[in-house]
Amino acid sequence: MPLLDIIDLKKYFEVKRGIFGSKGYVKAVDGVSLSLERGESVSIVGESGCGKTTLGKTILRLYEPTDGKIVFDGKDITHLTWKELSWYRRETGLVQQDPSGALPSFMTVKRILEEPLIIHKVKDKEERRERIYKVLEQVKLTPVEDFLEKYPHMLSGGQQQRLVIARSIILRPKLIIADEPVSMLDASVRVEILKLLQNLQRDYRLSIIYITHDLSTTRYFSERICIMYAGHIVESAETRELLTNPLHPYTRALLNVIPDPDPSNRFIIREVPAGEPPNLLNPPPGCRFSPRCRNIMNGLCDVKEPPVVEVRKGHFVKCWLYV
Amino acid sequence: MAEPHLTVKNLVMYYRTVRGEVKAVDNVSFSLPRSKTVAIIGESGCGKSSLAKSIIKLLPRNVSVYKGVILFDGVDLMKMDEESFRRDIRWVKITYVPQAALNSLNPVIKIGEQMIEPLLLHFKMRKTEALERAAKALKTVGISEEFINHYPFELSGGMRQRVIIAMSMLTNPELMVLDEPTSSLDVLTQANIINLLKTIKRDLKLSMIFITHDVGLSSELADRVAVMYAGQIVEFASADEFYRNPKHPYSQKLMDSVPTLKTDKKLDFIPGSPPSLLNPPRGCRFAERCPYRFEKCKEPPPVINLSEEFYVRCWLYEKR
Ligand SMILES: Nc1ncnc2c1ncn2[C@@H]1O[C@H](COP(=O)(O)OP(=O)(O)OP(=O)(O)O)[C@@H](O)[C@H]1O
Ligand SMILES: Nc1ncnc2c1ncn2[C@@H]1O[C@H](COP(=O)(O)OP(=O)(O)O)[C@@H](O)[C@H]1O
Ligand code: SF4
Ligand SMILES: [Mg+2]
Ligand SMILES: [Mg+2]
Repeated sequence: MPLLDIIDLKKYFEVKRGIFGSKGYVKAVDGVSLSLERGESVSIVGESGCGKTTLGKTILRLYEPTDGKIVFDGKDITHLTWKELSWYRRETGLVQQDPSGALPSFMTVKRILEEPLIIHKVKDKEERRERIYKVLEQVKLTPVEDFLEKYPHMLSGGQQQRLVIARSIILRPKLIIADEPVSMLDASVRVEILKLLQNLQRDYRLSIIYITHDLSTTRYFSERICIMYAGHIVESAETRELLTNPLHPYTRALLNVIPDPDPSNRFIIREVPAGEPPNLLNPPPGCRFSPRCRNIMNGLCDVKEPPVVEVRKGHFVKCWLYV
Repeated sequence: MAEPHLTVKNLVMYYRTVRGEVKAVDNVSFSLPRSKTVAIIGESGCGKSSLAKSIIKLLPRNVSVYKGVILFDGVDLMKMDEESFRRDIRWVKITYVPQAALNSLNPVIKIGEQMIEPLLLHFKMRKTEALERAAKALKTVGISEEFINHYPFELSGGMRQRVIIAMSMLTNPELMVLDEPTSSLDVLTQANIINLLKTIKRDLKLSMIFITHDVGLSSELADRVAVMYAGQIVEFASADEFYRNPKHPYSQKLMDSVPTLKTDKKLDFIPGSPPSLLNPPRGCRFAERCPYRFEKCKEPPPVINLSEEFYVRCWLYEKR
């Protein structure tokens, strides 16, 4: 049984349009299915606005799903109430993009880590102390004594992000959603944090959903990659398979423009799809990538939404070219 | 060999703060031939933007030390008074796209009006002529001229960045200083802007200083690479040499931390963090994190010339 099973999940935001306030829906997540084993990590990759954060927050039930189903550890949590979700909050954690914004500036490291323990009723003071020490060692903020009384602004960006990770794992969750956890950090610190997450995944059988716009870090980090475009997952496969054998025109375009350091790059003009991702208030009919796609089959792609096809075992793509 | 378009020699720029002097640019030297691009790379806070501001002479009030030589077309800009610098150089021959310029556009003033403001103000150009220039510059960056009458909020991030680049090209400059011109943009939009800069470089033969923290991206434009660490350039090399065979231990470790898509390699990170620029160590500034550190590294490392123009600042390359 997978740890997490998401079936056809949808999250629409209601917005008022125009001066007459007619209602519309931003279809930020529009039918996403995904499943994750215990101790597995999967990456969700896509450009800004494609619905990654909304997907993450809906899975964590920080948003109420519009439709679909979320099953965690065999239990359907799709529509549990805030109160009923208490155990789920303990078993899941969120690491957000901007570490400084995520940490309360007036609290010390110790206080920041103690808070979730108190909320989740770890009453014994000594036990709280032990768990704080242990978690700071896990994220390598050592010697622990040097950090306990510090405030967030006294930490570097990388140390702040390690503190955010510490806070998200202190209740020993089974699942972590890391939403762009390293986007604000320098290359070297990025690697350091990703390795830390990887070790936690291995040592504690933590499952991780790694959300990023940076395809190049995923191959070092996750077993599977899902490519997201305009509220849909358009391709998903085991990491190596996806990177060596990309099928969807959008995935191919992404892979084609990301430069590895190479002095010959400066002599080439790269092919880039025209246009921009669609407005999710009013996405184009048919395939949502069709207005930008070089392989578009007119009369089909721009009319009918493509189905998801399993082209090879475990390699799924949502594109008419493969039907 | 032809004289370089730009030669920066021993440039120093410190900020005064309550906690002491921040040595943001500390004895920086490099040179750039005409119509070539030098990429300045390095981690956040190493002094890249400060270096850019020092070259275009747009300095905040709290600068305490500012000295060195900036030869542009053979003329020392440091010796030029502010009035001639403003008349002949800044926004004329050398232009600048500051970091996060995208946010500096006023959303409720028409694109055209914003573009021509410096032309009217600094160059006392007539409005019709200025608008013609703006239209032409927009065309160069791939935006149809009717957008002169649009507002920035009607444009996507990528298009706004194009407008910013167009603004920096109004005066047919010879040198562009671009500080992280794509870092807030999405991958595909970024690729579009890089394509644009590549065509500008090729067709208009502009020289460029391209500042970025993204090593992979730097190779999209760089003919030369300057690696900055804690206020200093620790390696200055040709692109061919640098991306294949970085010399300075910091450059090597930095390269090891860059993920690649097309080749298999083991990722590694640099333990620790860069020293404070308030009080950097006397010796090699990278020593504390350097795997090859030895006794001598307690002393300031010499600049070792590897060719007439290129160098590395490291004791390992001292000739014995
Ligand atoms: N006006 C200022 N007064 C005092 N210190 C400053 C000022 N501007 C920048 N600094 C400091 O100078 C150092 C270099 O800053 P700079 O902005 O040049 O770095 P950078 O390499 O451009 O970093 P990033 O990649 O984050 O843009 C930093 O320590 C910064 O805090
Ligand atoms: N609370 C909200 N109300 C209305 N629209 C929202 C809300 N949150 C996100 N959106 C919209 O949903 C889409 C997806 O956003 P998001 O999930 O943040 O994308 P990503 O994380 O991939 O950048 C965007 O069009 C965004 O503007
Ligand atoms: S379905 Fe058609 S338009 Fe969409 S990605 Fe595939 S080929 Fe392109
Ligand atoms: Mg997001
Ligand atoms: Mg900067």
